[in-house]
Amino acid sequence: MSELLLTPEHRYAKIIAESRNEDGSEYSILNLGPTHPATHGIFQNILLMDGERILDAEPTVGYIHRAFEKIAENRPFYQITPLTDRMNYCSSPINNMGWWMTLEKLLDIEVPKRAQYLRVIVMELARITDHLICNSILGVDTGAYTGFLYVFQFREKVYEIYEEICGARLTTNMGRIGGFERDWSPKAFELLEVFLKDFPVAWKEFENLFERNRIFIDRTVNVGPITAEKAMQYGFTGPNLRAAGVDYDVRVAQPYSSYEDFDFVVPVGKSGDTYDRFCVRNAEVWESLSIIRQALDKMPAGNEYHAEVPDYYLPPKEDVYHNMESLIYHFKIVMGEVPVPVAEIYHPVEGGNGEIGFYLITDGSRTPYRLHFRRPCFIYYQAYPEMIKGALLSDAIVILSSLNVIAGELDA
Amino acid sequence: MALETLQIQERITQKFGMNAQNFDTQKGIFSFEVASDSIHEVIEFLKEDQNLNFHFLTDLCGIHFPDNDEKHQFAVVYHLHNWIENVRVRVKTYLTGNPEIDSVTDLFLSANWMERETWDFYGINFKGHPQLKRILNMDEMISHPMRKEFPMEDSGRTDKDDRFFGRTTINS
Repeated sequence: MSELLLTPEHRYAKIIAESRNEDGSEYSILNLGPTHPATHGIFQNILLMDGERILDAEPTVGYIHRAFEKIAENRPFYQITPLTDRMNYCSSPINNMGWWMTLEKLLDIEVPKRAQYLRVIVMELARITDHLICNSILGVDTGAYTGFLYVFQFREKVYEIYEEICGARLTTNMGRIGGFERDWSPKAFELLEVFLKDFPVAWKEFENLFERNRIFIDRTVNVGPITAEKAMQYGFTGPNLRAAGVDYDVRVAQPYSSYEDFDFVVPVGKSGDTYDRFCVRNAEVWESLSIIRQALDKMPAGNEYHAEVPDYYLPPKEDVYHNMESLIYHFKIVMGEVPVPVAEIYHPVEGGNGEIGFYLITDGSRTPYRLHFRRPCFIYYQAYPEMIKGALLSDAIVILSSLNVIAGELDA
Repeated sequence: MALETLQIQERITQKFGMNAQNFDTQKGIFSFEVASDSIHEVIEFLKEDQNLNFHFLTDLCGIHFPDNDEKHQFAVVYHLHNWIENVRVRVKTYLTGNPEIDSVTDLFLSANWMERETWDFYGINFKGHPQLKRILNMDEMISHPMRKEFPMEDSGRTDKDDRFFGRTTINS
């Protein structure tokens, strides 16, 4: 049986051969994935099992690798956002904004305060949807389907807000260099108000359903724990690291887009197990809601939604037809005749899963010379085999779910 | 007291002399270049030294420079971060056309897959890596696709001319 899956020289083959017992029992190999419904994405793990206990795991990644870094080297800067959408597709606005902020850093563009606050709102909405999916799917994996269906409708509400802002829902391609492509409509603010009124009630109920639930606690407490030292060694960032007790958050360490104006707490866990990861995400949703509220309250008056950078920000289409200058700028941007400084930039943002970094090298041409995405999932997923060692198979599913590994981000 | 870039530079020069040079601060990140044979020592020093304490490897990636001279064909870039002082540092090392470098997997577990990715896409050989094999591409692949000479798509296509992207001699 094992020969079908592995070559004879594979390290498992040796372990199996040596561990054969007198009663004829032996270790078995289980192929989990690549398209198992419980893994929520395309991950393959070849597990070495003793009965139902996992002894070792060998992950294979790259099933949906789309060569984004290579494609990016052949695309003008403003056409790279659609690529960032497709990395962590549960919170694409964060990736979009991270990319625009990288370019703004490169070009020394100061974004108006109002646009920065709008960005904060949309990034926090994205964080809420990201955590909402992760936590509710964790519920599904432990056998509680209702919670998922109940909160999932609020992702729809958020997508309706995205739709009002940019016209798209999942892969948003939102924003432009220096701000947004258009001002937010009054409808977007209305929808946001409705969301802010209805969602906390539902989220509170969702929390009540899980946080003190005996079955859920039994399934998650002490499942897949990781110490703070190990987590740092493995390059954990984001909620998974904070669950282990380290309060590192890019929004606080290196505030971008005016995060320093807002008052929020960085929730931390203690043991870094599945339950702590769940609780940290829950708490972060409350913080995000409070940040959105603060941003709406502090929002500067006016209707400024982008910086005045005609060299990089496309003029309105009607002006292009009737206004000489607009036509020139439009032509220059589209034909790639705007000079770009030669520079090397690393810009991190706090994504749904941790520090998303954009390492950009330009050579003065229209496209990046090299663009590297620091994808938090890719880096912390390598700890997965160690985390599931000694666990039961059903725990492995729960741990994977609580790490919130997004296939698109993992494989880029 | 916050960790100043001058302090870092002093410590590094003191320890490694001419092996570390081109100190520079660009867009908020202090960076310098290191001779490729001393990269492991430098990263270890940055991590273990009590004052520097760069305990977190944020990122590791490769770059290809086909137009450079033979000694600077490839680069490996390390981004390290000290969370206590909140200081980042970028260490860069250049490699020859037959790229080989010491692995830092013994210092950072997270370097494992990042080095595998760099090997996969650039063919940079990390000496001492426990399991240096392809990670995102399939095992049967023979080339390293992020190298600049690797064609993006079918070269017979005329609708996507490279000249339109401003990087050919005719255009510049």
